[in-house]
Amino acid sequence: MEKFTVLKGVAAPLPLVNVDTDAIMPKQFLKTIKRTGLGSAVMFDMRYDDSGAEKPDFVLNQQPYRNAKILIAGANFGCGSSREHAPWGLLDFGFRCIVAPSFADIFYNNCFKNGILCITLPQADVDQLTAKAQGGNTKGGEFVVDLAAKTIIAPDGVVTKFDIDDTRRHNLLNGLDDIGLTLQQLDKIKTFEAKQKAEQPWLYA
Amino acid sequence: MAAPRTLYDKLWDSHVVHSDAVGNCLVYIDLHLTHEVTTPQAFEGLRMAGRKMHRTDKTIAVPDHNVPTTSDRLEKIKDPESRLQLETLEINARDFGVPYIPMSDIRQGIVHIIGPEQGLTQPGKTIVCGDSHTATHGAFGALAFGIGTSDVEHVLATQTLQMQKSKNLRVLLDGALPTGVTGKDLILAIIGKLGTAGGTGHVVEYVGQVFRDLSMEARMTVCNMTIEAGARAGLMAPDEKTFAYVMGKPHAPKGAQWEQAVAYWKTLKSDEGAKFDTEIRMNAADIVPHVTWGTSPEDVLPISANVPDPNDFTDANKKAAVQRALDYMGLMAGMPLEKVRVDKVFVGSCTNGRIEDLRAAAAVLKGKKVAGHVGMLVVPGSGLVKHQAEEEGLDQIFVAAGAEWREPGCSMCLGMNPDILQPGERCASTSNRNFEGRQGRGGRTHLLSPGMAAAAAITGYLTDVRKV
Repeated sequence: MEKFTVLKGVAAPLPLVNVDTDAIMPKQFLKTIKRTGLGSAVMFDMRYDDSGAEKPDFVLNQQPYRNAKILIAGANFGCGSSREHAPWGLLDFGFRCIVAPSFADIFYNNCFKNGILCITLPQADVDQLTAKAQGGNTKGGEFVVDLAAKTIIAPDGVVTKFDIDDTRRHNLLNGLDDIGLTLQQLDKIKTFEAKQKAEQPWLYA
Repeated sequence: MAAPRTLYDKLWDSHVVHSDAVGNCLVYIDLHLTHEVTTPQAFEGLRMAGRKMHRTDKTIAVPDHNVPTTSDRLEKIKDPESRLQLETLEINARDFGVPYIPMSDIRQGIVHIIGPEQGLTQPGKTIVCGDSHTATHGAFGALAFGIGTSDVEHVLATQTLQMQKSKNLRVLLDGALPTGVTGKDLILAIIGKLGTAGGTGHVVEYVGQVFRDLSMEARMTVCNMTIEAGARAGLMAPDEKTFAYVMGKPHAPKGAQWEQAVAYWKTLKSDEGAKFDTEIRMNAADIVPHVTWGTSPEDVLPISANVPDPNDFTDANKKAAVQRALDYMGLMAGMPLEKVRVDKVFVGSCTNGRIEDLRAAAAVLKGKKVAGHVGMLVVPGSGLVKHQAEEEGLDQIFVAAGAEWREPGCSMCLGMNPDILQPGERCASTSNRNFEGRQGRGGRTHLLSPGMAAAAAITGYLTDVRKV
């Protein structure tokens, strides 16, 4: 997994509540057997019309947001299906960070597994960042997300602090591979299995 | 004396392999259900890293999301991407040694239907699957939840997950359900009360006589849709009904181990005085048949209600969401739900594709006809459900009424196979999600119970099943 330290980039505003993973990545793109190449399908129904042409009024079809790396979203972002194709697509589009008042549990977890930082902030803070992102990222335009410092610096220089679980932060900062870490505990897993087998033998019948 | 624990606490505690000082846990997984959509990249990840599965005896693979439901499906799957994904599952199962149920097998079906059918789903287990409706299995007192593909790979490689414990939420219902009101209505009403994010960060336990009174099938319907309230898992304490359902199933414990298992399963309930972080309380007697009107499962009302008006909401986000939903759904504020005309009716899915659901729909349809402008699709949840329904003659009732009787799979619940809505088409559906485009781009979904779906098929409009 790619490390996440400091991210500089354009932020795209998407102030809609309950954006589900079907909306982020519709069913027809779940037939892939790869993780890559899904960026062009992100937000498909909002982004393209019935003929497949871009809808000019959708944020990701406008400059400077075509090159956005940060998404400023609404509450309960990523609800619904567990499909990891949603974060894969967001990552492939270029997003490494999503800011929202709240996230759905499975989506939140899936993002961190793919090196996407999800930042939860109070609605008022998100509203302010949304407004700044909607302003076309004035003053040169880039937001800076610093994971080590736990800050978001808007283009106007205003700093927003955020909190995040220390373990998730540590793993992202260092780009750690979860499976590799767990396999270091293989002895404990085998000990657990031996004990469980003795106590609940039907699970091993 | 140890502090009283919830059912979730007990299930969690008994599966923690290791815990660090700040609550990061390694949790053991007893059963891993896999299907074709969320596993190809996980198996590929193992190959790329040169890893094997930790063990293969706690995993099963079955195709369900992509499979066509037409009778010619064994000859050829037309969509090349679907075909490749289905073939990939079969190859991965063979290469890694995972037990596999092919499409040609009578046991094939939706992964959440076959787990219980095969006796793989048991009280006390931790169960995961790359599918959010894994919550279904909580009906047995198993801790069951959906995971992403990275976590699928993690379970394949280690039989564990890295997790932090969720909070406890109790949904307490007093009283009994009125006649004609089902488990589907119950969970839709609960989602309406909790909201689509109300359960986020929690595991839900459903408590009250009304849940005890439900059949196992209806309990699965309730737990299945727990995720639509934001909670990854929903639980019901196992009881004699649970044990009777599991007993004799192919993978159920046998002989002396059965007795030993049941003795353990009887301890799986929340202790008196156990602490819940959150609680909601409702009166079951107040619950009537429900139907969704919008594009989130929380957009739900009694069938007797009218479509809401955005101006009735003060919260700006909610007002905008309601207006957007009405525009998408092609509905006018204030119109009675019973005046909403439907084009399609879908009976099936992991929510309502079990034998009891088909019986409920058939009971309403028997001797009647599907309205002329309506197309009705009945898709059993598994080959065994299909066989049982045919033994009971339910297929004849559906066909005589003018409905299509299909092969098992996820079908029109999410439209990964050819069963999809056309833009603007409106469907009365027994599935679990009414999101924009869920059943097909531009398709409009109204979630309801199997009996309500059958009633809508007959009248051609959303209809209170108690009037048909």
